[in-house]
Amino acid sequence: MSLWKIAWRSIQQRSLASALTALSMALGVSLVVAVFVVHGVVDLSFRRGGEGYDLIVGAKGGRQQLVLNTVFYMDKPTGTIPYSYYEEFVDGQFAPWTETVVPVCMGHDYEGIQVVGTTPDMFDLLTYRDGQKYKFARGRNFRVEEPFEAVIGATAAKETGLDIEKTFQAVHGGEPHEQEFTVVGVLEHTGTPNDRALFVNMDGFYKLHDHQRGEEGPGEEGPGEEGHEEQTDQHASAHEDSLDHDNRPSSKRVTAILLCVKALPLGQSRIIAQQINSGKDAQAVFPAKVIAGLLSGMVGNVQLILLIFAVTVVVVAGIGIMVSIYNSMNDRRHEIAVMRALGASRSTVMVVILLESILLSLGGGLLGLLLGHGAIGILAPLIVEQTGVAMGMFQFRPNELILIPGLVALATLVGYLPAMAAYRTDVAKSLTTTP
Amino acid sequence: MLYLKNVKKSFTQPDGSELPILDIDEFQVAAAEQMVLVGESGCGKTTLLHVISGISRPDSGRVKIDDWDITLLSEAECDRFRAKNIGYVFQTFNLLPGFSALENVLLAMRFSGENPDKGRAKHLLDRVGLSHRMTHKPTMMSVGEQQRVAVARALANKPKLLLADEPTANVDSGHQQQILDLVRETCGEEDVTLVLVTHSSEVAGQFGRIDHLEKFNQVAVNQ
Repeated sequence: MSLWKIAWRSIQQRSLASALTALSMALGVSLVVAVFVVHGVVDLSFRRGGEGYDLIVGAKGGRQQLVLNTVFYMDKPTGTIPYSYYEEFVDGQFAPWTETVVPVCMGHDYEGIQVVGTTPDMFDLLTYRDGQKYKFARGRNFRVEEPFEAVIGATAAKETGLDIEKTFQAVHGGEPHEQEFTVVGVLEHTGTPNDRALFVNMDGFYKLHDHQRGEEGPGEEGPGEEGHEEQTDQHASAHEDSLDHDNRPSSKRVTAILLCVKALPLGQSRIIAQQINSGKDAQAVFPAKVIAGLLSGMVGNVQLILLIFAVTVVVVAGIGIMVSIYNSMNDRRHEIAVMRALGASRSTVMVVILLESILLSLGGGLLGLLLGHGAIGILAPLIVEQTGVAMGMFQFRPNELILIPGLVALATLVGYLPAMAAYRTDVAKSLTTTP
Repeated sequence: MLYLKNVKKSFTQPDGSELPILDIDEFQVAAAEQMVLVGESGCGKTTLLHVISGISRPDSGRVKIDDWDITLLSEAECDRFRAKNIGYVFQTFNLLPGFSALENVLLAMRFSGENPDKGRAKHLLDRVGLSHRMTHKPTMMSVGEQQRVAVARALANKPKLLLADEPTANVDSGHQQQILDLVRETCGEEDVTLVLVTHSSEVAGQFGRIDHLEKFNQVAVNQ
């Protein structure tokens, strides 16, 4: 008969008190699991967003604002850059170092979901999450020669009800454009912000405004122009700057450029970024670096606070275990004295009490893991829908591994006081008292 | 086998004064001998058993069991010695309530530091007539059955010495003789020295050797 079994029997003897203390530990641990998972979800959804390209080139301004807008479709653009600057990456001064270049134009939405003007390369050449190719759940990618074709993300399709062959009108400044885009493809779920966006042919994006101007006549300011006021604040829609009626590429502007650089010696991409940043037209940022900064700067602090709360709950639960065992010591002194009389040493009875504390902590901890992951299993569809991050019930995060040694350490600490009480039991005196 | 010399033991009272309990010049029991200690309540019978078993240390004197002076052993050594060499039957049985009859016997084996011998534990329970109660917990057993488990537990580690502290005091009269016979028979079968404490003259009368422990004159007198 092992000491573990002796400790377990002692727990069984006080089943109600043991169950309640283990439950309080379970709740604490499930909170810790929840914090880990929330952090994991936020971390993954943030980091995945910036995967698939090396650099973002956009108008000068806030680096974080550029990343938030270009990657996560949040915040407003830092401004726009000339289309000609984009061409420098296609066949100009930056072309030798460029492997893939994809322009994006923003400033429109549909039912609150960002409408992004881009090229088919966005889905043909760029990748996401560890180099995966974009796949279509239904339909196909839009074509260069069809300006009013669109591709939509999985979550956007679900939220808007749009599907193949359905049409939508991009809205700018609260007013929808007359021109309609036809959905030709629905992307498979990617777990990136692209799930929550509508992608249209960039040519069609430019033509929206040209069409509007044609109807309104020269000199009239269309609905989209109200953004000009914002443009001065660098909040412009990309096509608002396409003032050239001839639709010449040189007069167009783009919101940002997504760039994959060729395999270069270490530090070369940094030199390219420095070269871009030294010019007056644009800035280049490493999305992964900016996202990491965002995570550690803002999200990291929030996670730390949540983690402190959760760990406090676990510690309080641990103290509950200590109180529970310590309170039981009065009733158990006789039992401990009997064990001692049978030959158990002081250290043996001390170890039994410590093992009892460890069993209660670990039992509660395992229950907490089950509760936490059970909740994740239940909430997984909602998490996928809201964040695009797929979570499984049995998908454990590496930092959860710290829970096991952490709980054992906590249990040893909180079990020490009652264990010492057991250690100091006066055998002769306790044997003569009635149990 | 058991030899006590100049053993003194006293307790400190709340007012700080010392209350002498034991003052034994000499006391010895031969190997495999069965003897009984009688005396009125408070005369120190239980304290004497505690001192013999090493549960309590004497203030002075020597307690030798088979040439081992347990007063010279460290506490841990004394615990180990007790587990291996001394069986103890308590007046209130003192079975651990969370464990079955079999587990109570195995527990005693566990504390001796040896691998618990399940076969022997079962044999002992069979010997005390509880083969059908091995998995039952103490609360599911009668008083007589509980004391029989206590006897089996006391013999678990093949002790050289069995100390029985009023083993029949809490057993109904119908089972008193049965328990007493069981203790004496099993000790006889395993050549175990028996020191039995009782205040019952009926029980004492069945033993060939009866020692009286006098209150405030704690000298064991062989009769």
